[in-house]
Amino acid sequence: MVAVERLVGAYNTWATNGASEVPEWLKDMRSGAIARFESLGFPNMKQEAWRFTSVAPIAEGSFEQAKPPARIPTLEEIRPFLLLEAGYRLVFVDGFFQRALSTPFFDDVQSLAHVVTHRQDLVRQHLGKYAATEDRPFSALNTAFVNDGAFVHVPAKATIAEPIQLLFLASGKPAVTHPRNLVVLDREARASIVETYASLSHGAYWTNSVTEIVVGEAARVDYHRVQRESPGAYHVAATQTHQGRDSTVNLHMVAFGAALARHDIGAVLAGPGGRLILNGLYLLASQQHADHHTTIDHAADHCESHEYFNGVLDDKSRGVFTGRIIVRPGAQKTDSKQTNNNLLLSTDAHADSQPQLEIYADDVKCTHGSTVGPLDPRALFYLRSRGIGEHEAQQLLTYGFAAEILGRMEVAPLRAQLDGIVRGRLAEQ
Amino acid sequence: MKQGKGLLEVKGLRVAVAGNEILKGVDLTIRDGEVHAIMGPNGSGKSTLAQVLAGHPAYTVLAGTAKYEGKDLLDMKPEERARAGVFLAFQYPVEIRGITNSYFLRSALNALRRERGEAELDPIDFLQFLEQKLRAIGWDDSMMNRPVNEGFSGGEKKRNEILQLAVLEPRLAILDETDSGLDIDALKTVAETVNKLRAPNRSFLIVTHYQRLLNYITPDVVHVLADGRIVKSGGPELAHELEAKGYDWLRDAAMVS
Repeated sequence: MVAVERLVGAYNTWATNGASEVPEWLKDMRSGAIARFESLGFPNMKQEAWRFTSVAPIAEGSFEQAKPPARIPTLEEIRPFLLLEAGYRLVFVDGFFQRALSTPFFDDVQSLAHVVTHRQDLVRQHLGKYAATEDRPFSALNTAFVNDGAFVHVPAKATIAEPIQLLFLASGKPAVTHPRNLVVLDREARASIVETYASLSHGAYWTNSVTEIVVGEAARVDYHRVQRESPGAYHVAATQTHQGRDSTVNLHMVAFGAALARHDIGAVLAGPGGRLILNGLYLLASQQHADHHTTIDHAADHCESHEYFNGVLDDKSRGVFTGRIIVRPGAQKTDSKQTNNNLLLSTDAHADSQPQLEIYADDVKCTHGSTVGPLDPRALFYLRSRGIGEHEAQQLLTYGFAAEILGRMEVAPLRAQLDGIVRGRLAEQ
Repeated sequence: MKQGKGLLEVKGLRVAVAGNEILKGVDLTIRDGEVHAIMGPNGSGKSTLAQVLAGHPAYTVLAGTAKYEGKDLLDMKPEERARAGVFLAFQYPVEIRGITNSYFLRSALNALRRERGEAELDPIDFLQFLEQKLRAIGWDDSMMNRPVNEGFSGGEKKRNEILQLAVLEPRLAILDETDSGLDIDALKTVAETVNKLRAPNRSFLIVTHYQRLLNYITPDVVHVLADGRIVKSGGPELAHELEAKGYDWLRDAAMVS
């Protein structure tokens, strides 16, 4: 309760001070959201959606609202976190947009704070319309503090050739940031995007982000999210997509970092003929805890969704995966496939995997499967019988778990970068 | 049969799995360049012999010896056997998620090259090497960028084993029921490839339940394994005799002895 009161107090101070120069509708959205957060409070483990994840370290921590960074990092300092050289990029430090480090593109690739006034109609049409807050305290809190983040708009029939990078860096100070991102692709538009969370130094900070992605008719987005927070960080996030008829959404979610991470991923297939790939990897060690909660909502007929999540868990780490698939009445000819495979590299590592299928249409194809276990001894013998040493064989099989997910990414230079990060991580283990 | 020292000399080999004795004293000598076939009914121990020679950890050697190039094969780890030139084509090839065939083959080949003191092949050199091998056996590279055995048909899996054989160039190739589950065209393809890979310095041990593979690969010696022992050895004509008469008469012979 104390934590809730403190956050509400911080909101009240902020809302009456620096945050007042915004349109009325946004003020209303914020005040509604803080009221929602106040009534919901922090989730607890008695709630079904939080059975395996305790947020006590966040609720009991004392995170101040982040202030603008005392020192702006140089381009050289942020280069290790840029996964690609080319393309537009938006860089944020402790939640604050860094124009000098960014390469925006007019009002289409811009900071959200800027377009809230400059493209008010478009932002108002979409912001907060997709990410649920009624039963989501963290998304409600993010919405209460909505201020800055990335905004990407791709006009009808336009293609942005190079991937757009959205980079959120933490200075490492024990503060909370609420990045809010809005991505809108109009009909037949196409883009690829990389959203990265990383830290300039080790620290116990808290990121609470929300990203809404709206994909118009026959548009296509390849969306990558790379969570490489500091090992002491807390990362709570919601990603919500909403796709129109005949559109394609390829989501790639990679989580390496944070002491405690919770990512709610929602996808709504709202028009017929939509196609979704939800492809995820979590690579955990020491005492890391990562919880992925996914909801794929087949709200229209003739859509397909393919969900693949692999986890590699070492030491005393814990991975949680919940894969909910809803097929609404009338969503006939739905083709939905879900798999979650967890590799336990240590007897102290633990994985929970729960598929939840809710099917209200009768002419559909839905399959799901999950595995939790150590390396397959048959596979180990197979590799050794070909001359590959035992340790190398173990590494190869472990790498394969990650490579299977990375292999679905179509942006080759990005895939190569992530491949390098994965290899580095596995070499440490 | 030729004279001279054997590449593989197995004597009195007794092997158990999960407490059950499967091999009850096997003697077998294979010389350089020879092709031996091991036939026998289901449960006779054929696959056990193949797997124990490759070093499968599930099997316990109770007694006997197996010398390979004069060294104690049973004392070597599976990877050491492979590096010394022993190759097992699996009856049930294993799927490896996320690792492409080409990456897997290069890793295996480089492990062997390191053992021989040769430079490792980088991806580009390996691709050239692989193309030569594929050309030599008349296959295309369609399987190379798929994850190892994943989603392969039964025939593709078996072909993939033979491709590994061609790339890794062993001295002793053990084929464990490579013919089972293959239709006649796939069987011919596999047999033709094995014939191309026959060489004076390469020996084969072909484990099979059926005689039909031996219509295409002519062995030097045929052994019949029944109830954990080799109960009869002979020339290629023995395979035809088994096809005509079945195994029962031999199983009875094994029981009596």
